[in-house]
Amino acid sequence: MAQVNYFLTEEQQMIVDLARQIAVEKIIPVRAKLDENEEFPWDIMKDIAQADLFGLYIPEEYGGFAKGCFENCLALEQLAYGCIAVTTTFAASALGGYPILLFGSDEQKARYLPDIAVGKRLVAFGLTEANAGSDAAGIQTTAVEDGDHWVLNGTKQWITSGGEAEIYTIVAMTNKNKGARGATSFIVEKGDPGFSFGKKERKMGLNASSTRELIMNECRIPKDRILGRKGQGFIMAMRTLDLARPGIGAIAVGLAQAALDEAVKYARQRIQFGQPIISFQALQHMLADMATTIEAARALVYSVAKTLDEGAKDTAKISAMAKLFATDMAMQVTTDAVQVLGGYGYMKSYPVEKMMRDAKILQIYEGTNQILRNVIGQALNKEYAKK
Amino acid sequence: MLNVDIEKCTGCGECEESCTFEAIFVEDEVAVVNQDACTLCGICVDGCPEGALEFHVEEGLLTTTDLSSWKGIWVVAECRSGVLAPVTFELLAKSRELACELDTEVTAVFMGHEIESKAQELIFYGADRVLVVDHPELATFTDEVYGNILADLAGKENPEIILAGATAMGRSYIPRVATILETGLTADCTGLDIRKEDRALLQTRPAFGGNLLATIVCPGHRPQMATVRPHVMRANPPDPGRKGEVIRILPGEDLLSHRVQVLESVKEQAEGPNLSEADVIVTVGRGFEQEKNVEPARELADLLGGTLGATRAAVDAGWLSGRTQIGQTGVTVSPKLYMACGVSGAIQHIVGMQGSEIIVSINKDAEAPIFDVTTYGLVGDVKEILPLLIRRIQKERGS
Amino acid sequence: MNIVVCIKQVPDAKTVRFDTEKGTLVREGVEAVINPFDFHALEAGLQLKDTYGGEVTVLSMGPPQAENALKEALSLGADKGILLSDRAFAGADTLATTYTLAKAIEKLGSVDLVLCGKQAIDGDTAQVGPGLAVRLGLPYVTCVNALSVLDDGKTMHLRRINEDGYDMLELEMPALLTVLASLNTPRLPSLKGKMRARKAEIPVWDARELGAKPGMVGLAGSATQVVSTSVPTFEARREMLEGSAEEQVETLVSRFKEAGIL
Repeated sequence: MAQVNYFLTEEQQMIVDLARQIAVEKIIPVRAKLDENEEFPWDIMKDIAQADLFGLYIPEEYGGFAKGCFENCLALEQLAYGCIAVTTTFAASALGGYPILLFGSDEQKARYLPDIAVGKRLVAFGLTEANAGSDAAGIQTTAVEDGDHWVLNGTKQWITSGGEAEIYTIVAMTNKNKGARGATSFIVEKGDPGFSFGKKERKMGLNASSTRELIMNECRIPKDRILGRKGQGFIMAMRTLDLARPGIGAIAVGLAQAALDEAVKYARQRIQFGQPIISFQALQHMLADMATTIEAARALVYSVAKTLDEGAKDTAKISAMAKLFATDMAMQVTTDAVQVLGGYGYMKSYPVEKMMRDAKILQIYEGTNQILRNVIGQALNKEYAKK
Repeated sequence: MLNVDIEKCTGCGECEESCTFEAIFVEDEVAVVNQDACTLCGICVDGCPEGALEFHVEEGLLTTTDLSSWKGIWVVAECRSGVLAPVTFELLAKSRELACELDTEVTAVFMGHEIESKAQELIFYGADRVLVVDHPELATFTDEVYGNILADLAGKENPEIILAGATAMGRSYIPRVATILETGLTADCTGLDIRKEDRALLQTRPAFGGNLLATIVCPGHRPQMATVRPHVMRANPPDPGRKGEVIRILPGEDLLSHRVQVLESVKEQAEGPNLSEADVIVTVGRGFEQEKNVEPARELADLLGGTLGATRAAVDAGWLSGRTQIGQTGVTVSPKLYMACGVSGAIQHIVGMQGSEIIVSINKDAEAPIFDVTTYGLVGDVKEILPLLIRRIQKERGS
Repeated sequence: MNIVVCIKQVPDAKTVRFDTEKGTLVREGVEAVINPFDFHALEAGLQLKDTYGGEVTVLSMGPPQAENALKEALSLGADKGILLSDRAFAGADTLATTYTLAKAIEKLGSVDLVLCGKQAIDGDTAQVGPGLAVRLGLPYVTCVNALSVLDDGKTMHLRRINEDGYDMLELEMPALLTVLASLNTPRLPSLKGKMRARKAEIPVWDARELGAKPGMVGLAGSATQVVSTSVPTFEARREMLEGSAEEQVETLVSRFKEAGIL
């Protein structure tokens, strides 16, 4: 039966196959255990590293493959087919790595990117704070120059891979009076004086990923850890998120595909009233909607990612669309998958309940879907003002 | 290559039906062979009602000359830590049947150190003759020494058939013997028979993890050699009145050198009897859901005098050790009773256990593939059924 | 360290179906994969190469499509692959297979270690490893589940599993080992490896190239022949016990009594 053809190159197909192999052989067999024990998937990170996937987006001169957002999305989608908690850890490393790639000096790139490319060191991105969630301009962490050093004070909240990562890109205020324009990004390393971690958060889902506070108490870092120039922090965060959001869409597509596969498999096996339940139209319609919206989301995510790779500017709107549509879809599809499996779907012995719990975060992190609608709405306003 | 005699071929299609590899098909009412796909397995040749198919063999492997000068059945006795392995007695019983058909005698070859006292036991179980090779170098098993001595003896005495247990030891050094003697060897047989017209040993063995049974012959070479799966044949009760001959053999020095040194032999009894020799296996699958639920399975295994097995999923979850894994890349078992508890029956698991005599499966999904190979199927939650079964068996035993 | 790993392409157990009436395997839709045990042999070879340097050569005898198995091995990190393929090799039993593999390894020249999986999952014979060692005149150990190389770089310590436990063994390379799945966890392919494998040329050696005697390979060189095959079925004996959990347990206990288990 024909499937939608995205005309992948041979190399892109290799990335898909490789990531799918990791999902099937390494992630799926252990995902329930990781979830139950809230265990950080170090073994799988090593597998992903050995498969070269950490280096996808990194330039060849730093040991990577110089691939784009699209290839990254292909890998994320397939890994997410196994478990989005594991995939989030992988994605977070790219989220933390992008600022170095986009704004780092040659010296900083040479120092950090080779290790990141081979998965030797994980990266985390520290933007969110207790009072700065959707409103990133409310950041209270400060950075003050002191001779050859910067001194950071403040606490970052809910940081993915906090405590596990070794490299942190952190946004702090260097000039509070300037609002968003007073924010600056820094590289902080695990082990820097005054840098510590809060306790691991307990979550509804996404349990195999580690979420912690980053605590900076008179944290002294060398001068050369500043990323870009003073005041570029906020724009840097936005550009990073624009690049990363299609990836979250791809994660949503992979997760939803896994939920659909479970649902169809079950519906074909489960006998009620003397026939497989897939023969009932009520169920067929649910499955049909699931399959169709997944494909629509995939097409959108791929197209946006390719547009970004073509060097498009001012991509906030389309990046937000890719994340918004795909993640709302994933929430719906995983919820429906639980419904298709009925009582079994609600039980921990079947994988769909975890998928549904996990799916919720996709509508929240890297910009809540409400904020994304704002972004899209504001972009529309701007766009139409010019016409 | 496979040739079709078009004079004889009637285009009946039997060959096309029987070919596993889709290498032969009927076109214009005559069989045509796709030589690239053909693996020369011979099934169609055997099945052709017209005798129209034959192999064209260029210049065959040097076959054994004068097949009739090879006489007698040999059973290779296996002794581990001073105890004769049960498979030895099973082989002696089977050999007696075969010897009757062939009108020949059964010889046991017995290698080891300080073992002579056990030679009589082999006679009680069915041997007419025992060749005892007792030497300090045989105290520990090495492929080279055991293999060299057996090959040397066989080369001198020309037995028609050599049978050994398909144990870790047998499957390791018997191939050495067959290669030295340049003859055929069929591994891990579960059935042995004689084709009277040419005295051929029909050796039936599972392939594809037991999904296919193949019957194999060794037409042009002697001895005909097979390793036989433990537990499949039935031993006869010992007959202390049986008489036989015990012959001591002194191995030549040249046969005793070996390049693999045994540093130590460690006995490791995990839990209960070892998997491949256990009569009863209770296997833990994903259906237990959590490690703390596994205990009743252990209790049931103890109660039945059996041992615990595991599926890949149970091993991955860390409930049981990798040593207990049954299936394609784990251990292959064929106990008298196999209890698959909460096991869905992935093909990789089924190939490791479907040779079991009685298979009891407990699974809450009535459609689980495990029920395809099941003798007695129970549909329900293992967490509920196992405690019931344990209590019921305890009651039966009056405890 | 020059290491040769022998691999076989086998039908994927997940896709194989059996025709109970014909008593044969249904080839349609069957995917060919590397024999699962052979991944562990390859992993052992790659780990030794990672530590001691040298080269891992992967060898497979099979039809032209077996090239895919060799390419997969390259994507995992093997340095080169050689396919032994010739119509004359068809129908080989273990005697003819070991002859052919031995010819190829002799042609490769100096080899320190030959690694094989414990057995192939289609034939399940576990005979090629030991037979090949004898042909090559090498010491061998089967069913290895732990190995280490001593400081001299050529003495190995090995753990061989048997029914009662295990033996610790020592041997000096060159040697041949057959390995269990519990020896290691095979690595995944890498993107770099896959890219390299895609471009790699796999040399094909036929009987003439190997200098093999025609009567020693394939069907002609085989001592054993398959007379017939059948597919065992279980349906006839199957009984699904009925009723509540208690009732099912009750029936099972009476079946156990009939069978003499209780």
